[in-house]
Amino acid sequence: MSAFDVGAALPRQKIDILPALTPVIVALVAAPFIGSFSTFLTLTAAGLAMGMMIFTMASGLTLVFGMMDVLNFGHGAFIALGAYVATLVFLPLASWSNADSVALNLGVFVLAVLAAALTSGALGWVFERLIVKPVYGEHLRQILATIGGSIIAEQLLYALFGPDQIPLGLPKTLQGSFVFGEAAVEKYRVVATLVGLAVFAGEMLILNRTRIGLLIRAGVENREMVEALGYRIDRLFVGVFMAGSALAGLGGAMMALYRGQVHATIGGEFLVLCFIVIIIGGLGSVGGSFVASILVALVANYAGFLAPKLALVSNILAMVVVLLWRPRGLYPVSGR
Amino acid sequence: MSEALRLEGVHTFIGRYHILQGVDFDAPAGRTTMLLGRNGAGKTTALRTIMGLWRASKGRIALGSTLLQGLAASDVARLGVGYAPETMAVFSDLSVKENLALGARNGPLDDDRLRWIFGFFPALRKFWLSRAGALSGGQKQMLSIARAIVEPRELLLIDEPTKGLSPAIVGSLIECLKEIKATGVTILLVEQNFRVAAEVGDMVRVMDNGRIVHRGAMDELAADAALQSRLLGLSLDSHQ
Repeated sequence: MSAFDVGAALPRQKIDILPALTPVIVALVAAPFIGSFSTFLTLTAAGLAMGMMIFTMASGLTLVFGMMDVLNFGHGAFIALGAYVATLVFLPLASWSNADSVALNLGVFVLAVLAAALTSGALGWVFERLIVKPVYGEHLRQILATIGGSIIAEQLLYALFGPDQIPLGLPKTLQGSFVFGEAAVEKYRVVATLVGLAVFAGEMLILNRTRIGLLIRAGVENREMVEALGYRIDRLFVGVFMAGSALAGLGGAMMALYRGQVHATIGGEFLVLCFIVIIIGGLGSVGGSFVASILVALVANYAGFLAPKLALVSNILAMVVVLLWRPRGLYPVSGR
Repeated sequence: MSEALRLEGVHTFIGRYHILQGVDFDAPAGRTTMLLGRNGAGKTTALRTIMGLWRASKGRIALGSTLLQGLAASDVARLGVGYAPETMAVFSDLSVKENLALGARNGPLDDDRLRWIFGFFPALRKFWLSRAGALSGGQKQMLSIARAIVEPRELLLIDEPTKGLSPAIVGSLIECLKEIKATGVTILLVEQNFRVAAEVGDMVRVMDNGRIVHRGAMDELAADAALQSRLLGLSLDSHQ
């Protein structure tokens, strides 16, 4: 620790708080139109849970896109992979899931999400070495290669698990709702929100409090200079890609449990949303992705309730409005 | 006088453009060698090629007995080569402290060395925890150079450090470069400001169209207006 840490602080950087408040502003604007407080609370809790799951999936993509400049259209494959790995853990351990033991219920849940994250992370390494590494710096080829990889992965999932949806039940402890007056908030939504918050806290801690995080933040801005300072950026790239894939797998597992079923198309379905989120948040910005995920999910929920037809395009509308206000996203990263 | 750095017949292409066309020069150990030349002569490309940021298609680059060509930039840096690019390349979203911490690859920041650096560039201490993107152009240049010297280096590659700086800051920079040289570091410095070059340079290599067209002592070039005019299209008098 340098002595210059003490008493040397002078003008500190200003925190731009307004973008972080956009979900709150959206909620406050929507509340009077929704009318019923219990409905508002239910919609908001559902939006937060959905936002946290989207964030878990998207935060990996923003680092991969922001730092490695890789347009990874194969990210959806890891979301789907995570969902299937969670299913593979849940199916043989159905007795744990249905037991009257909180420990067994939570045990199978933790096992499933960990297995999903670890398997996706490990296969992320294979995907990076085989498909992404040969096309670094070439966006068009990246799109073609990663879409190709994604199609292969999806077809492999079809071949292994069949084309039908596989039902996936929640562990007994996570079923049901917490009731607050007339409002009901599903237990699993609370869990999904807590997991998302833990992922966000963990990422912020790593990015802001560790040397690896410092290198990642620097690498997002100027990879070449990081390398010129003596750091092996290619190794960092692999690590970030694996972490991004692991987070996609974790998010996929969480989302599959939320929906109660698994299908190979889950990856493609959420990939578009992930891209919308990282564009709204600002490419390479984890904090921006966090805010954008909540914003997108809340807007979709409120729009779905108030104007169902509008819900179909609510994400795109949110992106257009944000980009008109801040063309480089809510929290743009320098050099991007 | 031993050689720290030697380039022999180095060719570099950027896309289809043949920028370095057989560059030969050396930079003596512990001395400051100026790399001068008109815009587009290939000076920046030469520095980037030494650093490993662009690959030499042909030729030999040696730092002492170690061959540099073919090495990744990170490996070149690990040999003790510091680089301050023309673009400064400070990490705008990181604080001044974080920028310097990244420069200190081998361990935590050394307080004595920081004090030494702050002696030349007091603004860095003032804005220690500020975002580097909020610094002025001159302050960013200071940060870029400070980052390159925050740990002892064997060779420093510095690209146009005085560009856009006020005369007061240029003065500090000259003092800084002199002190760095006094510690025995070899410096290869690209500079457009001939007065600065004349003040800090021991040796000079002049480039034109991707080749070295002159090698000699800096004070000899500084004293020969006709040679300056022929090589660089200027004379020291025009910078008085």
